[in-house]
Amino acid sequence: MDKLPRWADVVLVPLISLLMAAAISALVILAIGGDPVEAVKVMVTGALGSAYGWGYTLYYATSFIFTGLAVSVAYHAGQFNIGGEGQAQIGGLGVALVCLALPWPHWTIALPAAMIGAGLFGAAWAAIPAYLAAKRGSHIVITTIMFNYIASALIVYLLVEVLRPAGQMDPATARFPAGAKLPTFGEIPGLSLFFSKNVPANVTFFVALAACWGVWLLLWRTRLGYQIRAYGKSEPAALYAGISPTRMIMVSMLISGGLAGMMAINNVMGEAERLLQNSAEGAGFIGIAVALMGRNHPIGVFLAALLFGFLYQGGAEMGLWTTIPIELRLLLQGLVILFTGALDNMVRMMLGIFFRAKAKGAA
Amino acid sequence: MNPAQDTGRQETAAPAIELRGISKAFGPVQANKDISIRVMPGTIHGIIGENGAGKSTLMSILYGFYKADAGEIIIHGRPTQIPDSQAAIRAGIGMVFQHFKLVQNFTVLENIILGVEEGALLRPSLSKARDSLKHLAEEYELDVDPDARIEELSVGHQQRVEILKALYRQADILILDEPTGVLTPAEADHLFRILDNLRAQGKTIILITHKLREIMEITDTVSVMRRGEMTATVKTAETSPEQLAELMVGRKVLLHVPKGPANPGATVLEIENLRVVDQDKVERIKGIGLTIRAGEILGIAGVSGNGQSELLQVLGGYCRATGSVKINGQEIDLTGKHSDGQSRRARGIAHVPEDRHHHGLVLDFAAWENMIFGYHNAPEYQKNALVMDNAGIVEKTEGAMERFDVRPPIPGLPAKSFSGGNQQKIVLAREIERNPDLLLVGQPTRGVDIGAIEFIHKRIVELRDAGKAVLLVSVELDEILSLSDRIAVMFDGRIMGERLPAETNERELGLMMAGVTGSGEAA
Repeated sequence: MDKLPRWADVVLVPLISLLMAAAISALVILAIGGDPVEAVKVMVTGALGSAYGWGYTLYYATSFIFTGLAVSVAYHAGQFNIGGEGQAQIGGLGVALVCLALPWPHWTIALPAAMIGAGLFGAAWAAIPAYLAAKRGSHIVITTIMFNYIASALIVYLLVEVLRPAGQMDPATARFPAGAKLPTFGEIPGLSLFFSKNVPANVTFFVALAACWGVWLLLWRTRLGYQIRAYGKSEPAALYAGISPTRMIMVSMLISGGLAGMMAINNVMGEAERLLQNSAEGAGFIGIAVALMGRNHPIGVFLAALLFGFLYQGGAEMGLWTTIPIELRLLLQGLVILFTGALDNMVRMMLGIFFRAKAKGAA
Repeated sequence: MNPAQDTGRQETAAPAIELRGISKAFGPVQANKDISIRVMPGTIHGIIGENGAGKSTLMSILYGFYKADAGEIIIHGRPTQIPDSQAAIRAGIGMVFQHFKLVQNFTVLENIILGVEEGALLRPSLSKARDSLKHLAEEYELDVDPDARIEELSVGHQQRVEILKALYRQADILILDEPTGVLTPAEADHLFRILDNLRAQGKTIILITHKLREIMEITDTVSVMRRGEMTATVKTAETSPEQLAELMVGRKVLLHVPKGPANPGATVLEIENLRVVDQDKVERIKGIGLTIRAGEILGIAGVSGNGQSELLQVLGGYCRATGSVKINGQEIDLTGKHSDGQSRRARGIAHVPEDRHHHGLVLDFAAWENMIFGYHNAPEYQKNALVMDNAGIVEKTEGAMERFDVRPPIPGLPAKSFSGGNQQKIVLAREIERNPDLLLVGQPTRGVDIGAIEFIHKRIVELRDAGKAVLLVSVELDEILSLSDRIAVMFDGRIMGERLPAETNERELGLMMAGVTGSGEAA
């Protein structure tokens, strides 16, 4: 089959997928008696129309960048890590333990320590499924899903039985010390001109940008990345070249888990300032859609994360200011995932027919 | 000449297939340019040409996969439109693809009726197919167990199922695309007997290949294609391999690379009592011994699947074994931590694997990424402790591509976009330019154009002349005979014996490959 031109592959396919998801969402909104035009207006103004809206959009995007990168790194090694949700929650545990361990004097010291905690805990949570896949041949999709459930059960147990301060009613850790508080966009000199103090977007956004760069560097510039991609493309070729499959699965999954875990510095340390139940709030799963839509490239992941940040924030605004229930946000996300992920080939096929017809017409 | 007579003559002598002025372009590439052929009924017509000459495009047009930009197809004297493969089947055309289109976990019978089941219930179709299968098997030597599952069958038998599928669909024109590419010599011989029978029964066969020997052996007429054009159509009896090769490549080609006498030096490789047991506990190599000296090519002949692949893999570091293997007098690790590709390369073993698509190359990687594959840890490819020197690698790749005449010389092109011969040159450049002590070469010219074969053979001989040891594994006896300084024959995991090329012939080697020992010197 003829291949699509590159611009169509990178830009047109996701765009059409999005429009189709939007069209169906509009139909559903119409069907339940809402006004799709108003919904779009509210979503856009709510998410992008004010510094306040951007403060939320970028906050969500930050989380999605981490989980999207996590899925991408594993994908390049041929591993489908859908355990980002659990790894992010366990990463949150790492953040909480680090933040509560010391009376941190300043966030610049607490942040690197929390990053290490988050990364190590997330990686450790990915290590078990990775080991099972590399050594025992169990399917990584199955084991990482199971580990999501185990993670959330473990967190609930720890919050209720171990980490909850005496006398506190809700299952959560104590509030982190003031020295571990990350500056929000409203508190960063320069950015504070635009953002008010109470937006959740925080310095983690810049860590996420650095992570994008780091992942790009890792995959396309280092020996390790070369080996990961070689293994992901062809296991027999990797064996021929003396690249150890066990090592590639382990390393890629550890990095992947570490990235998913690092998401916790955004939501746990940057926003909630304590560890709650279900802290990842589905961002781990959205990471799959982000990676798919971003073609597993850091730049694509970044753009896709912004889009999902917009959907998340815009959807919340829609639920707040229109009669359309907030649950519709889930529908919208679901449709975007459906079209960009599952039905990607359908769009591609239709475009392929179109381009072939055009090529024939030109010839 | 009177018109009545004229039509009468056409009735009897109409070609089974006639193509007139077929042209097809893909974008700027003219894959077929004004091609006309006539294939008479009851003959075998060969179409020969290098990879990319347009043979497969032409057949795809005939089978309805592509629509020609211009030209017409005339079948048994009737102009015929073939918009899809269903129409081709209705017109009596059957196609056997290079890569079989069979459902692996269906039985032979189920595959045969797939798509032509009559009615909702399978039983009547199956029993009808069983009867006609029995009939076909007797008629054409096409015996296959109708109840065997495809995945249990050898490649040769799978191919017979493809032929049976076409015949069951009443095909009287059969197109075979590179049918022997996947077959052992014995299977190929059997296939040719089948084709002979089919011809005798009046079927028309078009055989697409790039192997001269097959053309000479079985066809009645042959058309040569080069760069999308039909350069000649000749009677096979009136041509020679040399002439065909020249027509294919457009210049004189050496079918046998000249080489001087070997000048063997110190022993480089010494194998003793090597055994390999595979995952299913089947003993693949049953205790063999071999030595190769510097400046010597040892050729291993044998039907594929008799342990040669395992031998290469053990030496290449990705197959476990017991026994002893010494390189330059030093034992190498066969099972432990140092039995991987990296350790082997560190010991001066380079490996051009049998299967370049699965092992030798990462097809999605660019040429420059493939040019360091396996040697990616070498210090000259690193910029600093952290990152690789990508720009430098691209530059080195440009040089290697020029030295090895890789076309097109574009380092950024993915490996899968190169032709077979050029892919093989990439692998060869990578392995030979590391200047190894021992070069392992498996099927160096499988799926490679004639022009490139000459080049590849020259390079292997050059490496030998530079005082390196070469272990050559090939199922092509021609290749073994023309390149080797010594020949060992493998059969059923054993070495049946060693011969000098000057003192043996295809017949003797063929017998040894079939497990018949002449002198009882089997190891």
